[in-house]
Amino acid sequence: MKAVTKAYRPISWPMKGAGGDTGTWRTHRPVVDIQKCTKCQICWIYCPEAVIDREESIVDYRYCKGCGVCAAECPTGAISMVKEE
Amino acid sequence: MTTSIKQLPDIEQVLSGNGACGGCPATMGLRVVGKALGSNAIMLLTPSCAVASMGMTPKLGYNWPCINICFASAGSSASGITHAVEIMQEKGRLQGELPTVFTWTGDGGTYDIGFQALSAAAERNDNIIHFCYNNEAYSNTGVQRSGATPRGCFTTTTPTGKRQPKKNLALLMLEHNIPYVATANVAYPGDLYDKVVKAKNTPGTKYIEILAPCYLGWQFDMSETVQMSRAAVRCGAWLLWEAENGKINFNNPSARIISGKKAAEPVDEYLMNQGRFNRLLKGPDATQRIAEIQGDIDREIAFMRERAKITV
Ligand SMILES: Cc1ncc(C[n+]2csc(CCOP(=O)(O)OP(=O)(O)O)c2C)c(N)n1
Ligand code: SF4
Ligand code: SF4
Ligand code: SF4
Ligand SMILES: [Mg+2]
Repeated sequence: MKAVTKAYRPISWPMKGAGGDTGTWRTHRPVVDIQKCTKCQICWIYCPEAVIDREESIVDYRYCKGCGVCAAECPTGAISMVKEE
Repeated sequence: MTTSIKQLPDIEQVLSGNGACGGCPATMGLRVVGKALGSNAIMLLTPSCAVASMGMTPKLGYNWPCINICFASAGSSASGITHAVEIMQEKGRLQGELPTVFTWTGDGGTYDIGFQALSAAAERNDNIIHFCYNNEAYSNTGVQRSGATPRGCFTTTTPTGKRQPKKNLALLMLEHNIPYVATANVAYPGDLYDKVVKAKNTPGTKYIEILAPCYLGWQFDMSETVQMSRAAVRCGAWLLWEAENGKINFNNPSARIISGKKAAEPVDEYLMNQGRFNRLLKGPDATQRIAEIQGDIDREIAFMRERAKITV
């Protein structure tokens, strides 16, 4: 393929944080009780933000928007939504 | 067998920190779509929440080459690109597997403004996948009615509740004789994944519509996006089906409703949990108007059950 010349250059590039540090939008943060977690990955797949680690159920708070979908869907009640200070 | 959550690939095409609302059903669905399509794809978007969610230049919240096109032209622009990549391959300017060309479009861009170009692309059977994430309104501009808005629903342009039923666009697309049509729902990620994989591996025009309950337009709490999606299927307001070469098959839980093994839940509770039906439920003619909505659902179930029997 031809080299990408200036005329073909896209104006944006894929990057995390395209909407900013969206963690600042949160009013409540999801806190995972690892004791109760069965690693079922349900929270991982439903998180719209892709911020839950699939293997360890750890949340990336820099971008987590605090929607609470993960807490609502967790079958063991391992996730609680805690008010941000 | 439906692919289980644990079997889904790791690849993430929707990047964290994008511009979508918290709890957004569109990004939720697109993540699963990305797992099925992989990175070798070209995405086209018409004006919508999905465009606003891309974030701010020079950053981009989706990990594909993305092209923002005008509202009416999802079908024609995707056709042009798919023909271009085919010709580039013929001329030796593009090696390896052809990228999947897909549109990611709202119900406004599919049912209404984009329908003509989509219909034409389907009639030509151009090699594209058209995705409609259906949040049953023009959400990005503050929730106006669309052809996908159900009867009785409040929007800013239907202040007393919409008076007409929604249209069955997936069925209209099927009647274009295209090789693959499917409906899906963000609460059933394995089902959605399998449908996208099928579409990816089928040449010609494919249409996949994903119900995407939007907390802002539907007026529920954003943590309930998945619950609302599930409730829509359980009351039969949304039917899960797919059609390969014209033959319709229903997927569970809708298959059980269609076969009569399990009755659809009455629509009342589904309506009560959404603010967009509030005014209707509080009005003096509430009983009659709920009966109308229930009537639309019952008719659709009965009609699709019979339509699926036609296999010629
Ligand atoms: C020709 C044209 N008409 C109107 C608009 C304004 N507009 C931008 S996004 C949008 C709503 C799109 O609705 P839909 O396709 O359902 O996507 P959603 O916002 O619900 O995700 C509208 C009306 C536009 N950009 N172009
Ligand atoms: S949904 Fe709950 S149990 Fe399952 S992985 Fe997430 S935190 Fe653990
Ligand atoms: S609160 Fe929302 S964004 Fe944050 S981890 Fe849970 S599902 Fe993801
Ligand atoms: S308005 Fe609805 S569809 Fe649009 S970004 Fe917000 S949650 Fe998603
Ligand atoms: Mg819409």
